[in-house]
Formats: sequence, C-alpha cells, structure tokens
Amino acid sequence: MNTKCAECDGPINVPNDVIVGEIVSCRDCGVEYEVSEIRGGVALLKPAETVEEDWGE
Amino acid sequence: MVRVGVVASSGYIGGELLRLLLQHPQVDLTVATSRSYAGEYVFRVHPNLRGVTNLTFTEFNQGTLTEKADLVFTALPHGESVKYIPQLAKTGLKIVDMSADFRLKDPSKYKSWYGFDHPSPDLLRKFVYAIPEINREEVRGATLVSSPGCMAITSILALAPLLKQSSFPIDAEHIVVDAKIGSSGAGGKPSLSTHFSERYNVVRPYKPAGHRHSAEIEQVLSGLAGEEVKVSMSAHAVNMVRGILCTCHLFSSGSPQPLEIWKAYRSMYDGSYFVRIVRDKKGPFRLPDPKIVIGSNFCDVGFEQEGRTGRVVALGATDNLIKGAAGNAIQSMNLMLGLDERAGLNYAPLHPV
Repeated sequence: MNTKCAECDGPINVPNDVIVGEIVSCRDCGVEYEVSEIRGGVALLKPAETVEEDWGE
Repeated sequence: MVRVGVVASSGYIGGELLRLLLQHPQVDLTVATSRSYAGEYVFRVHPNLRGVTNLTFTEFNQGTLTEKADLVFTALPHGESVKYIPQLAKTGLKIVDMSADFRLKDPSKYKSWYGFDHPSPDLLRKFVYAIPEINREEVRGATLVSSPGCMAITSILALAPLLKQSSFPIDAEHIVVDAKIGSSGAGGKPSLSTHFSERYNVVRPYKPAGHRHSAEIEQVLSGLAGEEVKVSMSAHAVNMVRGILCTCHLFSSGSPQPLEIWKAYRSMYDGSYFVRIVRDKKGPFRLPDPKIVIGSNFCDVGFEQEGRTGRVVALGATDNLIKGAAGNAIQSMNLMLGLDERAGLNYAPLHPV
C-alpha cells in the first residue's frame, strides 16, 4: 500500500504485511513514520520519534 | 553521428566539452581549435584525455569548421566571441556559445554590465539563452544558443520554482544570492591570485557587489515571475577545485510552509532528470552540497524556511564545469539536434571526492 508524506508530499511505500510499531520512511525527504494502527487493511502513520543530530557547531 | 567542433578548446570549459563530447555516443568530434596550441596534441593540454583521443588542436578557420562540423561550441573569452560569431552564424552552422556575449537580450545592458556597446544587437534576439529545465521547448530546434554563466544557472535553478510556482508572495526586489565557487571557475590562465600559496585555504570575497551574472539571473527570473526582479549577488572563492554552492535568500510577507515549497519545486522540475530536490532528514548531506554533484550534470536544489522572518533559503549546487558550463551546453545541443536530452551526460556524480 502507498501513502503520501505529510512533510513533502512524496511517496511512502508501506509493505502489505506491515505491523504496528514498524517504521517506514519517505523516499524523497527521509522523514520517518511509525505505524500506529492498522484499520481496515490501511496503515495509519504517526511521525516517529527521532533524535536530532548534533552537528557540533 | 553529428559532427561537432569546439572553438577555443584549451581552457577548462573547452577541455570539459572535449572530454564529454568524446564520450558522447552520437557525436563525432572533428575539430578542436586553439590559437596558442595549434599543432599540439589535445592530451598535452588536457592530460586526462591521453589515450582517449589523438586529435590535435588547429587554428580557427571558418572554412574548415563549416566543412567538418554541423555544430560548433565556442568557448572564447567574453568580448571575443562577439568578434567571430556574426560571420560564423551566417554560414548556417548551429552554434552554442559559452561566453556572455549573447546572453542578454537588451543591448544596453552590455554597456552597463560589460562596459562595451554590443556590435550585433540584432543577433541578441536570435540567440536562445538555454537552461533546458527552464525553457526546454525554446531550446529544442534552436540554431543559435547562448549557454549561461555557472553561478547564474545554479542560482536560477534554485530560485525559479519560488518565483514561478509559489503560492505565497515573494519580495521580488530583495533577493540575495551568496555564491561560493572553486578555483576552476576562474579559468585556466594563472595569475597571482590563483597562485597556490595565495589561493589555497581562502574564503575570498571576490565580488561582493555588482557581479555580472546578476544581469542574466534577473533577466530569467523576471521572465518567470512576470515582474521585474532585482538580485543582489556576492561571490566568494573557496577551497575547492570544482563546485558551486549558491545560497539564495528571499523574503515573503506570508509564512510559507515546507509542503507548499516542496510542491513548487516538484511542479517545476517534474520530468527534469538533471535537477534533484535535496531536503533530507537523514545523513550528512541533507541539503545541496557541491561535493555530491562533482563529475555530473546534476544540479541539486533544496530549501529551508524561517517563519520568524518570512525568509526562504533556496540552495543550488553544481559542478561548475559540467551543469555550470559544458554539460548544460551539451544537454542543450542534444535538444537542438532532437537527441535524448541525457545522451552523453548520464554519469552519476563521484563519491567521495
């Protein structure tokens, strides 16, 4: 199943056998989403918690 | 096969044209001229071409060019092209000029930006200023093409979606382009300022105001925006051999959101293989960086926005000798000749460099 990224409108490919808690990411901008629920065969996504990189500058 | 010649091919842009044309599957490189090196093997001046070609440089000769070539690239210095091209254009040869001499449509701009009265103002209208991602259809089938300056094309590609496609207001009179460029942008002729001890490790502001590329950037962006655009540009020489990064600042009275900016870029560059939108949340290269386009015809573009000030930062990165010069010119040639736009240019960038 496919869905769109809320950040950039890019494609997110969600495997058909995805399970709750799995992380999927946007091909174009790299934003990560966590599968929060599967309802009626459709995976609902929420932004995954990410650690901001410290660039040290 | 298309027979192609390169006029004034001993410089860096000329050398890059030769390198790419020699590997082009539908081009037969027949002539390479150089006044300084006539009679010399091309590979003695461009050592990367040893074993690739045994071509020798010849003197410029219009008769030879018309006899041996269907299309010529002219890589003469600014102010020199204009002395040769009016006669060359009369022969019916297809021409791609790399100089600034036919980039501006308004002849009066040559006086103000380049300090001379243009001797062939009628010819300015006949040249197509070619950035395929901006005016592909105009380039297709053109006979006379003018190829943009390296910092101009890099900043134009970064800024164009925001001027043409954005759904929020942009202050068109206050656009700032901050460009950083490697040493090859200064050409192959040595000087004190390019001497290793003086050039190495610099971050040298060499044209903080009044850079000539501003004129062509304004010309293109004004056309896209449908209103007069003013660009303030500053250029810096930095510690690279190849590469350009243009960091462009625009201001909006609205509060543009990432999604609408993404849509503007996608809408502009959908189907343009050589422009990649880079705004990633992972890895060390999250925004355009010249390091990641070196050796290729790609222009990476990206953006960031600052809600507090209404500022949008548009970034563009190119290899100044490829998408900034020879690659874009060959891409234009492909369109002029009805070839696949990617022909001879489909190389992934080098990494690491």
